[in-house]
Amino acid sequence: MSDDAVSPEEVRHVAELARVGLEDDEVDQFTRQFADILEYFETLDEVPEVDREADLVNVMRPDEERDSLDSEEALRNAPETEDGYFKGPNVS
Amino acid sequence: MSDANIFITEKSIEGDGDGPLAGTTVAVKDNISTEGVRTTCGSEMLEDYVPPYDATVVSSLKEAGATVVGKTNMDEFGMGTTTETSAFGATDNPAAPGHVPGGSSGGSAAAVAAGEADVALGSDTGGSIRCPAAFCGVVGIKPTYGLVSRYGLVAYGNSLEQIGPFANTVEDAAELLDVIAGSDERDATTRDAGDETDYADAATGDVDGLSIGVPTELLEGADEGVVETFWDAIADLEDRGAEYHEVSLPSVEHAVEAYYVIAMSEASSNLARFDGVRYGNSGGYEGNWNEAFSRAREEGFGDEVKRRILLGTYALSAGYHDKYYKKAQDARAWVKQDFDEALSEADVLASPTMPVPPFELGESLEDPLQMYLADANTVPVNLADLPAISVPAGETDGLPVGLQLIGPAFGERRLIRAASALA
Repeated sequence: MSDDAVSPEEVRHVAELARVGLEDDEVDQFTRQFADILEYFETLDEVPEVDREADLVNVMRPDEERDSLDSEEALRNAPETEDGYFKGPNVS
Repeated sequence: MSDANIFITEKSIEGDGDGPLAGTTVAVKDNISTEGVRTTCGSEMLEDYVPPYDATVVSSLKEAGATVVGKTNMDEFGMGTTTETSAFGATDNPAAPGHVPGGSSGGSAAAVAAGEADVALGSDTGGSIRCPAAFCGVVGIKPTYGLVSRYGLVAYGNSLEQIGPFANTVEDAAELLDVIAGSDERDATTRDAGDETDYADAATGDVDGLSIGVPTELLEGADEGVVETFWDAIADLEDRGAEYHEVSLPSVEHAVEAYYVIAMSEASSNLARFDGVRYGNSGGYEGNWNEAFSRAREEGFGDEVKRRILLGTYALSAGYHDKYYKKAQDARAWVKQDFDEALSEADVLASPTMPVPPFELGESLEDPLQMYLADANTVPVNLADLPAISVPAGETDGLPVGLQLIGPAFGERRLIRAASALA
């Protein structure tokens, strides 16, 4: 099982995909813990393929204009705003 | 006020006039939006977040005349079994001081157990209502998927979670469920089965002729004192005219891993919204947006939330999706089939709610996998979308033990009738 265990590089890569900054000691801790947890998840291999009959219907409503949250309310929790817009970091 | 750290925010919200819950005080889990009252999800990320609207269940409480007394402590974003992953500190168990109240809705169960509120609302993604109900010696109901609107509930694992009630008696819990059940155009997963309910009326305690199936897999490996207390409660039901037989659910051996793969995968997607721009902890404006978002999330999320987001991202990533996520969905379908079969030959199924009595505070934080395994008896119910109730069954060494009853989809009346024989 240890050949499949995650490496610190994989933990860093996944953290980057998930946009979660990690300290070095967190990388070490998660690497150890993920090895145990993923080994446990491996037992899903024993599950047979099962016919899934999902009984689903679409839920639609008429596309009619209606009131929504006004922009002042929507912006109220933003750490920073500018001219009635959310202010985000640089896109580059 | 007690110092058990039950509430994150104590704030009274008055209902309108004299509905069915007039004069009733309700504690509300802090992942359920309350207009103008901060809603933190037990996270530093949302420490200052004040929702601009009420969750549908909160509107229903107000219309029913209830008084909300505060927002209760919880595991961060609902991710935990002890309420110890809260950024606002642990909550003590009023029924077993020095022990955890269970989680993730630990504050809500503790509020009812301590008499800080008559009833409470929690949410249950994999046992987060039933576990704290069992550990605090109160009643908790996880409704059928689709019975109660989640509009305004901060999402963690949408395909699994439901909002549900806590109370000291099954009848009081049923009365609160009557108020919050019902279809809602703002939650497209709700069904009309909850529109005209009278669950409280079903709490007659009449179990004459009730057929109870006991899944043997849910007793294996459980604490001896818990199992003994469980059988005493079953014997009590037999004395009142119920009968039991053993059943087998082979699929539940894989329920914990299937549950965690699905819940973590959904969490990794749901929690992507917390980037510190529209709300929540800001990562500042240094560098590019990936750097700023990573910083916001590094600072705002605790260990367990990071762990689940990362594992969920991993399980959904190219090359691993089929191995983990797809197999977990197979397991989920298998669990549903097993329950359907078992419930075709029994009115309800029964098990200990938790395989163990409440942990001591601080005992269990170090080993996440051991913590996940404690959810073995509750997660299968969420995978199968079924309703379940936890009622106090007695004590082992002075610690509360809960009995879980599981019913068919939208079979809440049957569950409430059966459970009301015990509490």
